[in-house]
Amino acid sequence: MHVHRFEKLWIGLSLVLIAAFIGIVLFGFTVMDLKVPGVETGETVDPATVLSEGPFAQPGVRKISDDHYEVYMLAQQFLFRPGSAQPLTLPARTKITFHMTSPDVMHGFEVPGSGLNTTVIPGQVATLTTRFPEAKTYGVLCHQYCGSAHHNMQAEIEVVPPSEFDESNLIAQ
Amino acid sequence: MTFVDHYPKAARIVKANLIVAFVALGIGGFFGLIQALHRTDVFRGFVSSVQYYDVLTGHGVLLGLVFTTFFITGLYQWGVTRTLEREPESSAFSWTWFWMMVGGTTMTATAILGGLVPGSGMSAAVLYTFYPPLQAHPLFYIGAALLIVGSWLAGADWFWTYRKWRADNPDARIPLQTYMVIFTWLMWYLCSLGVALEVVVLLIPWSLGVVEKIDPLLPRTLFWYFGHAVVYFWLLPAYFVWYTILPKLSGGRLFSDPLARIVFIFFLLLSTPIGYHHQYADPGITLVYKMWALIMTLVILLPSLMTAFTVISSMEHGARQRGGSGYFAWMGALPWGQPAFVGCALAGIMFAAGGFSGMINASLNIDMLVHNTAWIPGHFHLTVGTAVALTFMAITYWLLPQLTGKALKFKNLALAQPYTWFIGMTLMSNALHRQGLAGVPRRVAEPQYAGIDYEVPFGTMAEMDWQVAIGGTILFVSMVLFLVVIGGTWWKGAPATDVDDVIPPALSGPEHSPKILDNLTLWMGVAVVLVLIAYSLPLAEMVMDGLFSPGAFPAPM
Repeated sequence: MHVHRFEKLWIGLSLVLIAAFIGIVLFGFTVMDLKVPGVETGETVDPATVLSEGPFAQPGVRKISDDHYEVYMLAQQFLFRPGSAQPLTLPARTKITFHMTSPDVMHGFEVPGSGLNTTVIPGQVATLTTRFPEAKTYGVLCHQYCGSAHHNMQAEIEVVPPSEFDESNLIAQ
Repeated sequence: MTFVDHYPKAARIVKANLIVAFVALGIGGFFGLIQALHRTDVFRGFVSSVQYYDVLTGHGVLLGLVFTTFFITGLYQWGVTRTLEREPESSAFSWTWFWMMVGGTTMTATAILGGLVPGSGMSAAVLYTFYPPLQAHPLFYIGAALLIVGSWLAGADWFWTYRKWRADNPDARIPLQTYMVIFTWLMWYLCSLGVALEVVVLLIPWSLGVVEKIDPLLPRTLFWYFGHAVVYFWLLPAYFVWYTILPKLSGGRLFSDPLARIVFIFFLLLSTPIGYHHQYADPGITLVYKMWALIMTLVILLPSLMTAFTVISSMEHGARQRGGSGYFAWMGALPWGQPAFVGCALAGIMFAAGGFSGMINASLNIDMLVHNTAWIPGHFHLTVGTAVALTFMAITYWLLPQLTGKALKFKNLALAQPYTWFIGMTLMSNALHRQGLAGVPRRVAEPQYAGIDYEVPFGTMAEMDWQVAIGGTILFVSMVLFLVVIGGTWWKGAPATDVDDVIPPALSGPEHSPKILDNLTLWMGVAVVLVLIAYSLPLAEMVMDGLFSPGAFPAPM
């Protein structure tokens, strides 16, 4: 079978491009620590009882150590708990782990400007870890269609300097 | 004497399929206009923000599933009949699959449009992806299943013709167009099995109330098992046009028949095992599977890059036949005044741009920047919305005289149509991509949230909204031009003499390639093995804890 030499060159360059893209993703994973949901996974919950049993029965912020807090958050038609009724306050430059699930339909969790992005699926727990670099107010929106008032589902995260973070609202471990 | 005179039975089937496709295009395209104006808050008078999601569902289903499927079955019936030189074996069977697909489409469309009629008691605002536990009216799912099963029978019809042809031609190579039809449909059988299982085993019993709860992750995964391969189901017929017809429209002939075959083998093998790249942001799917999907997805760039080479070389060959010369000046010698050529060529240019934004989507962690943002519709309006849709419209200008025996009417409108589509899509798509980078979500009636200031990388939000609204309006006008040309030709076209329907053989023909390329059993076998590697473990994990568990109750919309 005859393949023109220009075409051989083109196929070679294409393979280099493909290898480069795979390399960029792996570089992001290992060196820049750019992860995706699914790294910490395997945990399932029962959507029928998640509101009354387990950590999601008391959504909110828990302290693990001085440098690590975790947030149990519910995404449900059509609000985030915590975050929608009043802003969720978190300390800057501190390790924050979000655990999210839904008691009803699929939702999305997107924080524009932060790179935080996950799907929230009933029965599954989405876990993602971040550090907010500076004190700033972020908007949160649902980017997975969830019903008639989908476009009203939003929340706010207020990131404050660690020294101003009020620990009186934490959920006891 | 052209196609309609040689094969009147096949011509009737092709025409019936195209009519359904264009009706779906008209309604779905109008819905697109409503969305472009509503989202951007330019005009919200057509529907409420709640009904927006009914319209959005209609847009996705009518264009993504109905327009494409019917156009493809029509185009492929034409290709099989003309290259195997046989009428369908049984007209009754052909009309059976056609009417089954029409029946399914009618049921699904009724359920969707019911949502726009107060008091109809019907609704299916579950969008094109219909993720449970959002629940549509049962007609929605039953109709979708009938459409898919009907398309399976269409494939069976062509395999039947192929078997008969093979009996008469035991040693011949499969003609290229039929080869492409067969490989597309082998891929379609393999991938649509996922959505058929999802709909028939899980969603129909659940929507009828036979089972109460549903596990949201399993149907979502089955959907995406189908949901990425379906884009190749749309794209391969465009490749069929670019490989077998576009070189001729450029004034030349295909560069290499063997490489075209290899490209279609690649797509059969790689289209299905990459569905996880739509679930990069999902919990419950282990990173290893996502990594595997990443690698396979980037490898599937190869056949598309090879296509770019072959198509451009063939066009260059055509241009030089027409007297073009120079390194780049030959492009000026291409027939930029012929609508069928112009549409295919502009579609190809748009596809290159869409391919690059697709590489971003494919890149696992980089995708987190744009996942579920307006970037995504920006991307697929270049690929399916232009590379596929504009190619289908353009090639209709060339096909219709062969199918009806009538000369194309309103040639100036036909020539303006691909150019307007290109301009409209350039405006809309660049703005959607940039809005996505700023974090503006897709699939939302009102993306203007109080309290969220999108950080726009360059340009302004108002400027982008206007580009989406104006671009969407131009696209709608372009679609109307298309329908006017087609309708005018069909009803008022003058009888055609000398219909142009000859496709010259490739410069390098199938005799230059090993026969193993035509071994259907081998390639289908490899494709099945690759799917088993990608999907058996994760699906087993999801099914082990019970088909319907962890279960969620159906939720109102």
